[in-house]
Amino acid sequence: MAHIQLKDELEKETITLNLGPTHPATHGVFQNVLEIDGERIVSGVSTIGYIHRAFEKIAEHRPFYQITPLTDRLNYCSSPINNFGWHMTVEKLLKVQTPKRVDYLRVIIMELARISDHLICNGILGVDTGAFTGFLWLMEEREHIYEIYEEVCGARLTTNFGRVGGFERDFNEIAFAKIKKFIKEFPPVLKEFEKLFNRNRIFIDRCVGVGAMSAEKALEYSWSGPILRSAGVDYDVRAMNPYSSYEDFDFEVPVGTNGDVYDRFMVRNEEMWQSLRLIEQAMDKIAKEPKGVFHADVPEFYLPPKEEVYHHMEALIYHFKIVMGEIPNPATEVYHSVEGGNGELGFYLVTDGGRSPYRLHFRRPSFINYQVFAEMSKGALLSDAIINMSSLNIIAGELDA
Amino acid sequence: MNEVKLVEAPEGIQGAGFFATALDKVVGLARSHSLWPLPFATSCCGIEFMATMGAHYDFSRFGSERPSFSPRQADLLMVMGTIAKKMGPVLRQVYIQMAEPRWVIAVGACASSGGIFDTYSVMQGIDEVIPVDVYVPGCPPRPEAIIDGFNRIQDLVKSESLRRRDSQEYKDLLARYGIQ
Amino acid sequence: MEEAMIEKIKSTFSTAIKNISDPHELITLEVDSNKIIEILQFLKQDPEMGFNYLTDICGIHYPENKGSELGVIYHLHNLVKNIRIRLKTFISSDQPHISTATKVYPGANWMERETYDFYGIIFDGHPDLRRILNVDDMVAFPLRKEFPLEDPNRKDKKDEFFGR
Repeated sequence: MAHIQLKDELEKETITLNLGPTHPATHGVFQNVLEIDGERIVSGVSTIGYIHRAFEKIAEHRPFYQITPLTDRLNYCSSPINNFGWHMTVEKLLKVQTPKRVDYLRVIIMELARISDHLICNGILGVDTGAFTGFLWLMEEREHIYEIYEEVCGARLTTNFGRVGGFERDFNEIAFAKIKKFIKEFPPVLKEFEKLFNRNRIFIDRCVGVGAMSAEKALEYSWSGPILRSAGVDYDVRAMNPYSSYEDFDFEVPVGTNGDVYDRFMVRNEEMWQSLRLIEQAMDKIAKEPKGVFHADVPEFYLPPKEEVYHHMEALIYHFKIVMGEIPNPATEVYHSVEGGNGELGFYLVTDGGRSPYRLHFRRPSFINYQVFAEMSKGALLSDAIINMSSLNIIAGELDA
Repeated sequence: MNEVKLVEAPEGIQGAGFFATALDKVVGLARSHSLWPLPFATSCCGIEFMATMGAHYDFSRFGSERPSFSPRQADLLMVMGTIAKKMGPVLRQVYIQMAEPRWVIAVGACASSGGIFDTYSVMQGIDEVIPVDVYVPGCPPRPEAIIDGFNRIQDLVKSESLRRRDSQEYKDLLARYGIQ
Repeated sequence: MEEAMIEKIKSTFSTAIKNISDPHELITLEVDSNKIIEILQFLKQDPEMGFNYLTDICGIHYPENKGSELGVIYHLHNLVKNIRIRLKTFISSDQPHISTATKVYPGANWMERETYDFYGIIFDGHPDLRRILNVDDMVAFPLRKEFPLEDPNRKDKKDEFFGR
């Protein structure tokens, strides 16, 4: 038997592993080319852009109302938040004030979207650590949230919710009944999920201490959202720069201590409880507001109802002007941010008076949060790096835009 | 008796202790009810696929109990989501690694034709790089639509001839895409 | 509170600041591109300023402004006092060089790569300046105004039906 001859010097001592764009553990298409020594990662290079759809370029060629479907597809797990963030940016530009009932309805939908985003993230974190059951229980709750969206706007996932100035139709009785049912039936499911994971010995052993991040470093790298809050910084755009009447609500911002995967999981769970509180408060507040108000009174920017367009001249003229872009917009620049599922989602809009923006830039939290991943995983075990990436909640649509 | 609907046997000649039919039909029947998909999920359609796989719409009752992320062990490549030009070579490589017989389903508007993203960086439909069997329109398609697309693939699998993969027509099809 | 800060910035960098405006109550300073890193460092480290959070960096292209076509726009945030500020600086597209902000804010790494990818602005001193979102062998810079949105080589869509 011939004996294998090794070279006197090895060319390199590490293996190059392509945690490629298609991989069961990466939740979306991004690539990490890792150098690993056994199970330990020595270094890594992140490559993204595998789903770059050029949103910012498209936005320069579309009128404002056609950009809403684009914003849907940024963070597609919580698309209403993106939609409303865009509408609020345009409302800030045009100095449109929405009535309180519209604000409270928006709060309900945004908090439902936040719950659905955190359900996916925590469920998938369970799957990555090997526990499939919790994920299936939570996906069923997402179906209930989808039913509420469908009742109001017609779509499940990429919702294209609302208009500049409010909503396209009022919430009907069925929608309110479904929301009340959700408020009643979701807490037991979330409690069951927490009982399964929060004090689970195996889950704690897998997650505690993995991917710990100090608050200073997190701020240096411009982190935002639940991962920044798990590192100890209580920066929440809803509390700091309230929009859509969040200042009328009473909610807490959960904060962790050392920024590891377990803290991020607990912060997201607690945020879901706070979102439920916000939805209950919003339902109470809506009951006190005058019924039937679902949009601001801005005929120059809000399309009139179709029945009026067919019968009244003024409505016809407004309809024509809005769709063809004959109404002049101010030529200025505005930056508005909302608290997305992953952090501060910002819209920087520069207009030149025309129908489409001159420049629209999305400040995408997943993109900025992900920068430091390659550096964070130096010296980590491969499986720890996987759950670290999973708990950063990188949504590929928001990463590449 | 129980309410479970069983698959109908193909046409054949039956007797005491034997059943004679064409081999194509039996193999097609077996294959169509145990297709293992490779979920190539890139964006929003991938989340609708997750909902389809969940308990509410239950994809695995059609035989896809085991989604395989390894191309060698998968029968059906389900491309869900936008494929950018940067991702095209990756998709082609995954398709080439799949073993025959293999089918491709393009789920969603972006995979079928580029969808709303008529831009310089998005491939206008995956049939620019790989041959596609079934297109499912929608943005994203409802889980019922994804299941309907899967049923159409099952029809194709059931009625496919065993000789198809060696035929000249199939070889010409692959040659058009530059795949051996 | 804000008036005193603006006065201090104006007095420290009087020559570098070209314009101060306040669109929608967000203080916007247009500054000289040579001094941008000094200004960023001042805004971060001076105890009265305290802008310790870099919100975003993006680019913009004004093809009509000859000599200062490309712009880089920084958004900063003082988390303690809750004040935001925007810095704009313009450079010419023949010599699109500007110093990198990664030494001041490490989070500027990918934001500058994205701005380079879209506009071709070269950030001197950046540890790894290469394309991030587009394909690596692309030569043009797609978000400049002269670059078309659609791929002109696609065969299935006829431009005359789309009004182009």
